[in-house]
Amino acid sequence: MNQRYLPLAATIAIFLIAYAVCIAQYPNMLSTRVMGNLLTDNAFLGIAAVGMTFVILSGGIDLSIGAVIAFTGVFLAVLLQSTAIHPLAAFVLALVITTAFGALMGAIIHHLEMPPFIVTLAGMFLARGMAFVLTIDSIPIRHPFYATLKSLYYTLPGGGRITLIGGLMLLVFAAGILVAHRTRFGANVYALGGGAATAQLMGVPTGRTTILIYALSGFLAGLSGIVFSLYTSAGYSLATVGVELDAIAAVVIGGTLLTGGSGFVAGTLVGILIQGLIQTYITFDGSLSSWWTKILIGALLFAFILLQKGLIQFTGRRRRHA
Amino acid sequence: MQPDSSHVLSATGIDKIFPGARALNRVDFSLHRGEVHALLGENGAGKSTLVKCLTGAYARDGGRIVLDGADIDPQSTLEAQNLGIGTVYQEVNLLANLTVAENLFLGRQPRRFGLVSARKMNRRAKALLAEYDLDIDVTAGLAAYSVAVQQVVAIARAVDLSGKVLILDEPTASLDAHEVAMLFRIVRRLRERGLGIVFITHFLEQVYEISDRITVLRNGGLVGTRATADLPRRELIAMMLGRELVQEVAGGHGARGEAGDVRFRFRGFGRKGHIQPFDLDICAGEVVGIAGLLGSGRTETAEILFGAERADSGTAQADGRALDLSSPRAAIREKFGFCPEDRKVDGIVGDLSVRENIALALQARRGWARPISRGEQDQLADRYIKALDIRTSDREKPIRLLSGGNQQKAILARWLATNPDFLILDEPTRGIDVGAHAEIIRLIESLCEKGMSLIVISSELEELVAYSSRVIVLRDRAHVAELTGSAVTTDGIVEAIAASAGRVEA
Repeated sequence: MNQRYLPLAATIAIFLIAYAVCIAQYPNMLSTRVMGNLLTDNAFLGIAAVGMTFVILSGGIDLSIGAVIAFTGVFLAVLLQSTAIHPLAAFVLALVITTAFGALMGAIIHHLEMPPFIVTLAGMFLARGMAFVLTIDSIPIRHPFYATLKSLYYTLPGGGRITLIGGLMLLVFAAGILVAHRTRFGANVYALGGGAATAQLMGVPTGRTTILIYALSGFLAGLSGIVFSLYTSAGYSLATVGVELDAIAAVVIGGTLLTGGSGFVAGTLVGILIQGLIQTYITFDGSLSSWWTKILIGALLFAFILLQKGLIQFTGRRRRHA
Repeated sequence: MQPDSSHVLSATGIDKIFPGARALNRVDFSLHRGEVHALLGENGAGKSTLVKCLTGAYARDGGRIVLDGADIDPQSTLEAQNLGIGTVYQEVNLLANLTVAENLFLGRQPRRFGLVSARKMNRRAKALLAEYDLDIDVTAGLAAYSVAVQQVVAIARAVDLSGKVLILDEPTASLDAHEVAMLFRIVRRLRERGLGIVFITHFLEQVYEISDRITVLRNGGLVGTRATADLPRRELIAMMLGRELVQEVAGGHGARGEAGDVRFRFRGFGRKGHIQPFDLDICAGEVVGIAGLLGSGRTETAEILFGAERADSGTAQADGRALDLSSPRAAIREKFGFCPEDRKVDGIVGDLSVRENIALALQARRGWARPISRGEQDQLADRYIKALDIRTSDREKPIRLLSGGNQQKAILARWLATNPDFLILDEPTRGIDVGAHAEIIRLIESLCEKGMSLIVISSELEELVAYSSRVIVLRDRAHVAELTGSAVTTDGIVEAIAASAGRVEA
């Protein structure tokens, strides 16, 4: 087997084994209800993680997405509370703002040759601060259109529901997979992650690609913010603190190299599902502290970093002996 | 030189000026259709600068480049590539994380309904590589293949993209003999297809095996372009190392060196895979020159003498006492000094002032617990700025703002400040202008009059002849000949290098 698929295979194997263990203990976890909830509860994280996958594949990082999600939620809540604007128009406006915000960060990273870590860290503070400027309260959203959207779902056999936001996450993943593997932009993202200088020598438009990557991440963070506001029916500037780190964890557990250039968008979906599964297990158990989620995810991350390190060394050795 | 129709590429009067140095001085270069043209010269001769001017990586400061009868002025390697000039570097410039096919078609993937068609891309990659007799799995990652295969993939991509001129910049440096043969088969086939191929290497055997014509550069100037068949190896080496000044400077060394007792004695000194064990005796007040082609072990000799690479065999003695040369720190304690070849990388600390650069080695020897006072530093810096005529507006100027020759003198000052007994100079006159050359040579002579022992490595043979009392000739990482007394002439050195180079081929 092509060893590029090894981390992805490992992730899928871990998910299946973990699910099997869960079912062995709590047979009820096999129901489509649990699966449906898994998608719904993690929809906003999954959508943001698709953007993060592109950023990490290109060798970068985006620390701003948690703050952008919160900003989007607050922005929508304030806008819907104080104006008569239709939610769909508000959604478009929010997406335009967050996409432009991401593109701006990408432009700074490329043109000023700044490390993405610093630029997006600044973006994180900026977005969080803007949310606070709008309001410091948690504002409920009571628009009837929200109720309509929340009532849309597809019922699976067994009573499970694919909600609008859960389905949207699956769609975003499908689109992400297509873009990453079947477009020239996707190839350029991988090329950038393999080495920016070499990619440039080979004719990759590095500037345009970098800006597009962060714009995409900003767009998906905005979309994630919309989904989060649908999920919670509120906007709160202190919400989704640290979501960017959960997204990074999902990407890495999904088998993408943190140094860039190798990985799969599909792996991130499995990474999200593993995180969700751990949480669901703890809910089912009832006696475990929710901090066990963090501990298990931490252990998994370590395991994956070791796996990747081992793979890189293995590849290096083979190459020297070839 | 007029462009004519047999030329696919001709460059005339190419100038390139860097701050403080003229990298190319009115260089002419022409490339026929269907020829392999070797571009030769020592480090710093201007080979890579010329190539970078041709491929648009550097903007030239003067001259004309004509490709297929039309003037071109590429601003980037990408533009040159689109015009028809492709380049393959020693360090393969492909992406190891992508598949072979993705590397070949990056940026021009075949598409169906707007989406990249991997199947079509893989099929075309397979067909493309078949032209090079390469039957590999194009869907596997590039990293899974050897450097030789990667090199062929890089050539396939470059030829497919450009198709008129192919520049190979030291493509064989990390290949074994079998892989070189494979590469040369491909180069010959491309030559038959009518490509003009520029081949840069420092392996002379390979030059004679594959090239049709040879252009030699030295010190940024054109030495000449000759048909390979009419250029004996000896003459080629003489072209590369230069001997125009032979008559004028020869004989200056006779007066000194014979007298004096052996001060430093190295026996069986060497390191596996680095430099074979050698014996070396140096008297006080003697200059020993080291000559050889690039890669013959010159710098390796210097590094082992200074402890930058630890010797794994042999002994070193000074006046009968064993020396500890296990590290540069130990060597400095034994009063050794070393001015390395690439001063920009290994020598100067660009953002520190001239004063700080000069005080660096002395401070290192004294240890950080006993700092040199500012007054002492000022005094030291002023003394050497005056003694060596370092041209700087003041001693606090960052050293990177000085010209190459003055940087070199500042580094010399750094070691002279430690008052060494034994000083190694690796290419002390590289990349500095002619006037500064003479000053450095005078400096070397005066140092040895003061009783210092010097080892000077240089590819400027006439300089070596001018100041060395003995010259050691290196080949294949071994000391192969030692010339003394009246045998120290540029002809003698060229002869010794050529003789050994001939043995390599056999």
